[in-house]
Amino acid sequence: MSETAKISLRDVHKSFGPKKVLQGINLDVAPGESVAIIGGSGTGKSVTLKCVLGLLTPDQGSIKVNGTEMVGASPATREDMLSHAGMLFQGAALFDSLSVWQNVAFGLIEGRGMKPQQARDIAIARLADVGLGPDIANMSPASLSGGMQKRVGLARAIATEPDILFFDEPTTGIDPIMGDVINDLIVKCTRELGACAMTITHDMASARKIADRVAMLYQGKIIWNGPVSEIDTADNPYLQQFISGDIEGPLDLDLKHL
Amino acid sequence: MPIFAPVGRMFLAFLALVGRVTVFAGRTLGHMVTPPFYFRLIFKQMREIGYFSLPVVAMTTLFAGMVLALQSYSGFSRFSAESAVATVVVISMTRELGPVFAGLMVAGRVGAAIAAEIGTMRVTEQIDALVTLSTNPLKYLVVPRVYAGLLTLPVLVLIGDIIGVLGGYLVGVNKLGFNEGSYIRNTFQYLEQLDVISGLVKAAVFGFIITLMGCYHGYHSRGGAQGVGQATTNAVVSSSILILISNYIVTELFFAR
Repeated sequence: MSETAKISLRDVHKSFGPKKVLQGINLDVAPGESVAIIGGSGTGKSVTLKCVLGLLTPDQGSIKVNGTEMVGASPATREDMLSHAGMLFQGAALFDSLSVWQNVAFGLIEGRGMKPQQARDIAIARLADVGLGPDIANMSPASLSGGMQKRVGLARAIATEPDILFFDEPTTGIDPIMGDVINDLIVKCTRELGACAMTITHDMASARKIADRVAMLYQGKIIWNGPVSEIDTADNPYLQQFISGDIEGPLDLDLKHL
Repeated sequence: MPIFAPVGRMFLAFLALVGRVTVFAGRTLGHMVTPPFYFRLIFKQMREIGYFSLPVVAMTTLFAGMVLALQSYSGFSRFSAESAVATVVVISMTRELGPVFAGLMVAGRVGAAIAAEIGTMRVTEQIDALVTLSTNPLKYLVVPRVYAGLLTLPVLVLIGDIIGVLGGYLVGVNKLGFNEGSYIRNTFQYLEQLDVISGLVKAAVFGFIITLMGCYHGYHSRGGAQGVGQATTNAVVSSSILILISNYIVTELFFAR
């Protein structure tokens, strides 16, 4: 599978001091496929994503994107990879100093050298794609609600029409209805772009809706990996405890004080 | 011997910090001479760092010049050297007080603001977002600020020098009874180009230090609001200390015999 995979992780390790966060991650994402990495807090989901994006450097292992090795890649190679990728951050990570449309158009103007007026038109079209009107284009991101900020972040992620999308906890911090809106938008945008997607989440409703395949991360390793349709019938007790939300089970929840 | 271990650890930590700052400065200098250049951001930062610092620098240097005239008159009158007041004011302002006062005030105002802004961008993942949008954060955030500090501090100091000398003139003429013409003549009689140039060189060095330390501490801030607050404090303290150290070094380079 790794020969044709859009994203391929092999034996990826990452430690912070004595704390071993990733202990041999193996994962493939095929072209056009949407994979959700699920797992509890502190299991290394964000670290995995940051390693793929190059925000963290793995201690060991291989990460290939479009067949190109990213571990130890030159800045130019990494920049080329990122120019074909879009990322929605957990807190949206919109630039405070720029207006909404400038945020959405950032990758077009700074990354591709597009003229601001042309980029503005595209930004407003992308805002429309995520259900936001042109009236907010000149507003500051700080004046938007959390859900609107997420949608602007999604518009920014898809503005350059990337073929790889990354989503970091897309529904965290917003109400369930807005979460469902975001999930629908993610599915719509991913399908329209024909992009592959890697999502990290602990929201099972979100994972079920946006993913073709689910990988569960626990203690730095992928302990279950399969189609989203099989998660309820899988015989993995760790997965079953996680999706049912039971406090009793094999997962070490680190709740010594309770 | 338990005292040596913590002292050794602190010394090693200090050396590691110096190394990290040096690498950061080297990378910044490298990006300063390679495209792309964000001219719009450089001009924006010049306005933020230079133009908006003008009132605080003007106030500081005005009163520094006024106090200097009063103090030097009070001291020099003990050996009948009151006529040196204008010369002392202008040389002190251009060589030392103008650059150092302006540097310290800008460190407090701008260094803190830079560290807070970039620190907030770090903890809210905005810097990570820049990376994912194929934009180098050093080029986009750090280089424009360092260029702006490097270019605007000398202008600020030149204006501060003039205002400081004006402060000395106002006190000298209105309070100490100097003749207007002779005060101005004494001001320029012994002033040399090197006095002004050395002050402007200091200003450029201070501008580099202030913006670099603000960016460094903001860029490496960790741990939410508390981390940003710590970064702000560290930026002001470290740039203030480095201003005073580099002030001595530049003075030594220009004036040591």
